[in-house]
Amino acid sequence: MTEIQTWALVFVALSFGVYIFIAWRSRVRETKGFFVAEQNIPAFANGAAVAADWMSAASFISMAGLIAFLGSDGSIYLMGWTGGYVLLALLLAPYLRKWGKFTVPEFVGERFSETVRSVSAVVAIIVSFTYVVGQMAGGGIVFSRFLQVEQGWGVAIAAVVIFAYAVFGGMKGITWTQVAQYTVLIVAYLIPAWAVAQTMTGIAVPQISFGQILAELDAIGQEFGLPVYTEAFTARPMQDVFLVTMALMIGTAGLPHVIIRFYTTKTVRGARYSALWALVFIGLLYTTAPAVGAFTKLNMLQGVQGVSTDALPSWVDSWRATGLVSVAEDSDTITSITNNAGDFAAGQADMFLNNDILVLASPEIAGLPAPIVGLVAAGGLAAAMSTAAGLLLVISSSASHDLYFRYVDHHASEARRLLVSRIAMGLAVLVAIYFGINPPAFVAQVVAFAFGLAASTFFPILLLGIFWKRTTAAGAVSGMLTGLVFTASYMIYTLEVFGTSANEHLLGISPEGIGTLGAVVNFAVTIVVSKLTAPPSHEVQEMVEEIRYPARRAVRATTAD
Amino acid sequence: MTDTARGGAPGGPPGHQPDNGWRKEYWRRNLRLMLVLLTIWFLVSFVCGILLVEQLNQVVVAGFPLGFWFAQQGSIYVFIVLILVYAVRMDRLDDEFGVSERNDDGSRA
Repeated sequence: MTEIQTWALVFVALSFGVYIFIAWRSRVRETKGFFVAEQNIPAFANGAAVAADWMSAASFISMAGLIAFLGSDGSIYLMGWTGGYVLLALLLAPYLRKWGKFTVPEFVGERFSETVRSVSAVVAIIVSFTYVVGQMAGGGIVFSRFLQVEQGWGVAIAAVVIFAYAVFGGMKGITWTQVAQYTVLIVAYLIPAWAVAQTMTGIAVPQISFGQILAELDAIGQEFGLPVYTEAFTARPMQDVFLVTMALMIGTAGLPHVIIRFYTTKTVRGARYSALWALVFIGLLYTTAPAVGAFTKLNMLQGVQGVSTDALPSWVDSWRATGLVSVAEDSDTITSITNNAGDFAAGQADMFLNNDILVLASPEIAGLPAPIVGLVAAGGLAAAMSTAAGLLLVISSSASHDLYFRYVDHHASEARRLLVSRIAMGLAVLVAIYFGINPPAFVAQVVAFAFGLAASTFFPILLLGIFWKRTTAAGAVSGMLTGLVFTASYMIYTLEVFGTSANEHLLGISPEGIGTLGAVVNFAVTIVVSKLTAPPSHEVQEMVEEIRYPARRAVRATTAD
Repeated sequence: MTDTARGGAPGGPPGHQPDNGWRKEYWRRNLRLMLVLLTIWFLVSFVCGILLVEQLNQVVVAGFPLGFWFAQQGSIYVFIVLILVYAVRMDRLDDEFGVSERNDDGSRA
């Protein structure tokens, strides 16, 4: 076992020990604890939990690498995955918290109709499964790389730990482990980033100092046949950058596993401040990621430029076994690099780098000591597991609370409800293990499709449901279904899935960006159909009115009239 | 248990058919604040970071082409400030209209 592996094992074992301990401490006996953590989580802690819930294996492992290869257009992920919190904080979180029950489908059920609730529950399950795939696979990658454990076993080990705290503690266990996981992942991300920034520029604040190397990066990239790093729209046309950014933002605000994290605060005010803390915590990583991408890319390119293929830096050898780095057999020196496996196989480049390697190998590439490299392993696992757990809760609550008890077991007692929810959670973990062992190729790309689906289904009807009393059940159901069908059809049209062949993008719009147009379709259909149908009942309109005010009006404030 | 039940101040809420003029005013001011903040949200991300990115890139500050900086750094900082302003202003608005959440002793819940 190498020194790096030993340290990775130490940090992973330590962090898993902490998670199991929290799981034991936060066992729950009621469904309110299982679904919404007894609505007792302080805003600061809830913000950290949102951040961990939100920042997935893709954010931690793949994003800096994606940005490094996309250059300026990598901003779609940076703006897209943070800007959604402004929408959440201003448009959804406080009102849904005021309403104050267990799930997102339950809200639309009460606001619209039982049919909308069932449709939403099914969509929530589909979206969450699309998303959980990447998490489990991401966890497997970390295990196989750092601990030489086979990817399938890695997935299984991570799943067993998630099982422990998610099944026994439900949302309460998940929340407090997420707080711990945020701490692990942010420390693991920031320490190498600070060290790299310090070594390369003498200023340890990567957010400020990576400006100094951009000109150099622009120049060396061109020598390798890569686009100019800081030039916009080299990877995607402007309209697509716009649409993808918007789809990621409104998708963020529409993802059930993010929304339910705001149900766990004590108050409406707590939900607002949770959103603030969440974005502060997320921003810490998201403003660091582009710097990590730029520094590591420059380091890598300088390390291999013009070097003979038998004298490459040691990180190339240590990562070659994972398939994340490959060198063309007939090349003598490295003069061109690609992150596209297809181009590499076609002999168009001397070297292939997978996006994920930039974060996983950055401490090694910068020559940092073994404990720091080992810490990155624990951080990657924390990111993957915290998000997976949040998604699994949505799957279990949608399946049990929104479907099973309504259609099969109407009169279940509290104890029975808790038991069934736990069984649903256990089953969801098993399905997730299967997906994690048979993962699709690109972790971050798969996640991006979940956003398109959330953007085109949930966001519009939640927003209209809260802000426009006239929105009717018929409007919501038709809007949601047309949005879903529109978005999914275009994704299937442009991607190779279910045996279909990939077609050209229409008007330069990628499948990641189509969710924005799907949302527009959903808005339009919901509004038109609502206008054509009878207004919602007086009770429903009263409920919409009530969620606008955090508390009942106190008498002493009458002077404000 | 809902917050409505616990947030009421001593003396209880007004009767069944209260004067709801304050509700319209509260909601109008909430919407106005939201609109201002969302306009800024759109300007820093979609306008500065995407639509005008090439023009702004002509200006370079501390090594960062300005459009690139908005897209990869600046917009995120502004997003955080927007939520901060929203949370603080809503606290004040809730207090002014007497709809902030209070414990039984009147302290903030």
